[in-house]
Amino acid sequence: MTTLSQTALRPSPARRRWRDNPVVDFAVSQPLGVAGLVAVLAMVVAAVLADFIAPYDPVAIDFEAMLAPPSLAHPFGTDSFGRDILTRIMYGARTALTIGFISSFIGCTIGALIGLASAYYGGWRDMIVQRGIDLLLSFPIIVLALVVVAMVGRNRVGGIDVNLICAITVPIIPRAARVVRSAGLSIREMPYVDAARAAGYSSARIILRHMAPNVLGPYLILLTAYIAQAILLEASLSFLGLGVNEPTPAWGLMLSGNSANFYQTAPWMILFPGAAISLAVFGFNLVGDALRDWLDPRLKT
Amino acid sequence: MLNTLDIARPVAARPSAQAPLLSVENLRVEFDTSRGRVRAVDGVSWNVYPGETMAIVGESGCGKSVSALAVMGLLAKPAGRVAGGRIMFGDRDLTKLSTSQLRELRGRDIAMVFQEPMTSLNPVLSIGMQLAEPLRIHLGMNAQEARERSIELLGLVGIADAARRLDQYPHQFSGGMRQRVMIAIALTCNPKLIIADEPTTALDVTIQAQVLELMKELSQKLGIALVIITHNLGIVARYADRLTVMYAGRVVEEGTAEQLFARPRHPYTLGLLRSVPRLDRPRAGLLDTIDGLPPNLLAPPTGCRFAERCFLRAAACEADPPLFDLAEGQRSACHRHAKLEQALAARPAAPPLPEAAPSDGEAPLLSVRALRKDFHVPVGQGRHGLVRAVDDVSFDVPRGTTLGVVGESGCGKTTVGRMILRLTPQTSGEVLFEGTDIASASAEAMRKLRLRMQVVFQDPFSSLNPRMSIGDTLNEPQLVYRKARNRREADERSAELLRRVGLVPEMASRYPHQLSGGQRQRVGIARALAMQPSFIVCDEPVSALDVSVQAQIMNLLTDLQNSLGMTFLFIAHDLAVVRHISQRIVVMYLGRVVEAADCDDLYREPLHPYTQALLDAAPVPDPTIERQRAARVLKGEPPSPLNPPSGCTYHTRCPRATAECAGIVPPLREVRPGHFAACIKL
Repeated sequence: MTTLSQTALRPSPARRRWRDNPVVDFAVSQPLGVAGLVAVLAMVVAAVLADFIAPYDPVAIDFEAMLAPPSLAHPFGTDSFGRDILTRIMYGARTALTIGFISSFIGCTIGALIGLASAYYGGWRDMIVQRGIDLLLSFPIIVLALVVVAMVGRNRVGGIDVNLICAITVPIIPRAARVVRSAGLSIREMPYVDAARAAGYSSARIILRHMAPNVLGPYLILLTAYIAQAILLEASLSFLGLGVNEPTPAWGLMLSGNSANFYQTAPWMILFPGAAISLAVFGFNLVGDALRDWLDPRLKT
Repeated sequence: MLNTLDIARPVAARPSAQAPLLSVENLRVEFDTSRGRVRAVDGVSWNVYPGETMAIVGESGCGKSVSALAVMGLLAKPAGRVAGGRIMFGDRDLTKLSTSQLRELRGRDIAMVFQEPMTSLNPVLSIGMQLAEPLRIHLGMNAQEARERSIELLGLVGIADAARRLDQYPHQFSGGMRQRVMIAIALTCNPKLIIADEPTTALDVTIQAQVLELMKELSQKLGIALVIITHNLGIVARYADRLTVMYAGRVVEEGTAEQLFARPRHPYTLGLLRSVPRLDRPRAGLLDTIDGLPPNLLAPPTGCRFAERCFLRAAACEADPPLFDLAEGQRSACHRHAKLEQALAARPAAPPLPEAAPSDGEAPLLSVRALRKDFHVPVGQGRHGLVRAVDDVSFDVPRGTTLGVVGESGCGKTTVGRMILRLTPQTSGEVLFEGTDIASASAEAMRKLRLRMQVVFQDPFSSLNPRMSIGDTLNEPQLVYRKARNRREADERSAELLRRVGLVPEMASRYPHQLSGGQRQRVGIARALAMQPSFIVCDEPVSALDVSVQAQIMNLLTDLQNSLGMTFLFIAHDLAVVRHISQRIVVMYLGRVVEAADCDDLYREPLHPYTQALLDAAPVPDPTIERQRAARVLKGEPPSPLNPPSGCTYHTRCPRATAECAGIVPPLREVRPGHFAACIKL
């Protein structure tokens, strides 16, 4: 009763060996993802190596070169204090990446676990969790972050403001939980989850081993989308004086403050930081989509 | 009468001397997929003559639906297209018509009825709107005329109180009623041809009989030609005049129903006929199967496409077979059609089925006592209704045997299975597994019990975790329960399990989506076996599979029972399948057991009127028998479980019901030794 001939199982050897390398496989199957990855990597390189490759000191004020247009000396121009914008964008990547990635990762992961558990248990537990989420969602994202910052104040650990990350994380949690819960609800009803329950596996095992991998797609999209959100939220909080402070370089900060007064005469002051934010968001989204497709075994032949 | 097979003789007798109404000539349909070009229909020809019923039969993926969609111009664009051939409707070639010409023809001259009545009606438009639409577009009626005609049409398809029901929405109709509405919509413009794509596959067996009976009656009364596309050979035998059998994008055989059922001339047709369990024949050993899988149409084999799975394969099969004209219009695409009968006689008969006999006196492995399940369902406006899905169900499953639970959808059979596994908590009653009550078992005791009882689900597509490889799926229970000490040992045991269920061990590295439905179901069985259970609940394990694969899986289950002494609870709606595999059978209707008996007793002499009706409605793949059977179609539909009838829940449909039946809930009593029925009229 053998239903599959041996030959059908054997893949073409040459091609298979070459694509066995996951990096090569990703590059071949997801060219757009590679483009996104290049943007993200450029950002990471700028952030990590800013001390060595940046042409100027990010906080050095140069009144000789105030509002200088892009030139060879200052490729992206300077701001109203004569600080080099390219340099500040490089250092800004550091702030954006750290706060954006950490907040989004923690927020989405906690949110996903809450959402999955809520979907799995159902009943009154689900009800309580959902009403809690409703409560948190009733605050606009910025207001909730403001409340958290106002309550806990500042707490810098090793150059990173832990409380700022906390403030950005908290509004992400209910949003991620809600999305993952709805995906989890349909997975909860799948026969393979019933099969796992019939096998007597623990709830933790079913949630983590059987349900979690199946929400990887929405999770990765959330993660990448909220990195962008977190970067913007950090900028907003900074603008309100509750996040990163001048003179620390941050993209959001560069868009606000003095640039609002000068953007008509010196458009490069907002053009380049804005482009940096857009490129970062675009890059993360491309990577997220590509990862989702690549990780989904159903889309592999 | 057809002893001599004269190939050279031209087509002797066509079923009709007239010109065909629709003739598909050498049709080729291609689909562009991410993995290449699939030729789903490759040189297919078939004709329909005015007034006849023609059935296109084949398994999933053989191109039967695609050829019908091509006729309707409904191929999924831009991926699919007609790559060659002609579709002649009268003197017009449908493949050459413009979109607007085709649109005019569609719905007016040719109508289509789809498989899924749930989704082929628009849920936000009233039934009246959907019926009036074609009347106004194609026939230019005004609102009043369209309404009158709609009422007439609903009456024609047997929907009572038509004027009131016109203003209702699809969700207020049951599945069978919706299919009647679909037929009414198809009839609106007096079409010459109706194409029905698996019209009754989603319906219960008693409703299926009603709908088919209706279609046949209407086509005869109104002179409409009918094309029925189906995988079910039983309904073909009763309702079709002629058959076209398709395999892997080709026509392999055609002829009248009598010819094909009595004297199939293609090994595939023969295989299809012999792999279904039959209600009209004694239970024989293992089922005949067609080994292997249909070819991949991305790279179809050269020569005969069935050769790889064919027991008659010979050197000649390397060449592409034409459709050989046989006697009286029968045609077969097999080089060795003349040898078929002889080769069949030479094949050894299937070994007899060793009967698993319950050892007397021993306590049953599983006992279910007065099991009940109530569901609270919202009924709108914030109110809740009570549905008694399972009501006072009791039975025993002796060790080493199979208990079949059979009934139509919504009868509670799946809920019983889930309560036995404690996937759904029961409202009251007991499930005793080896004497231990499952409901009151502690978490720790339950973990131990889970090792002994396992489950195989219906849908092979969703019962395996898509993110886990087959190897991981099989290793997991072994590692969690320490049945294997380490990963390597688990891998070895998984390989063994795969071999046990008829797969190759190399399959462990694959993911579920890379497997066919039958292979997945085998993996599902292997996963259940990994725990080394003594009892498996099989919840409709073969109903999502093609008939040839269904036979393979049923043989596997039989084999496992014989070699491992396994006990099964086999839940299914197909009476022939349940009969083939079970020793004892429980028939359920609306949450209650209406009859319980040993398999042979039940089928020989069904006592309860509902069981009798079920057996009457079940089609048998033999046109001679089918046509002699009176159309004793069970009237009405199962009542809503939200508002079940008083007394005997079956009295609303029962031909023997009297006023008394509405007052008394009939107890299940032993009418004959070992044969229980719940009917006061017995």
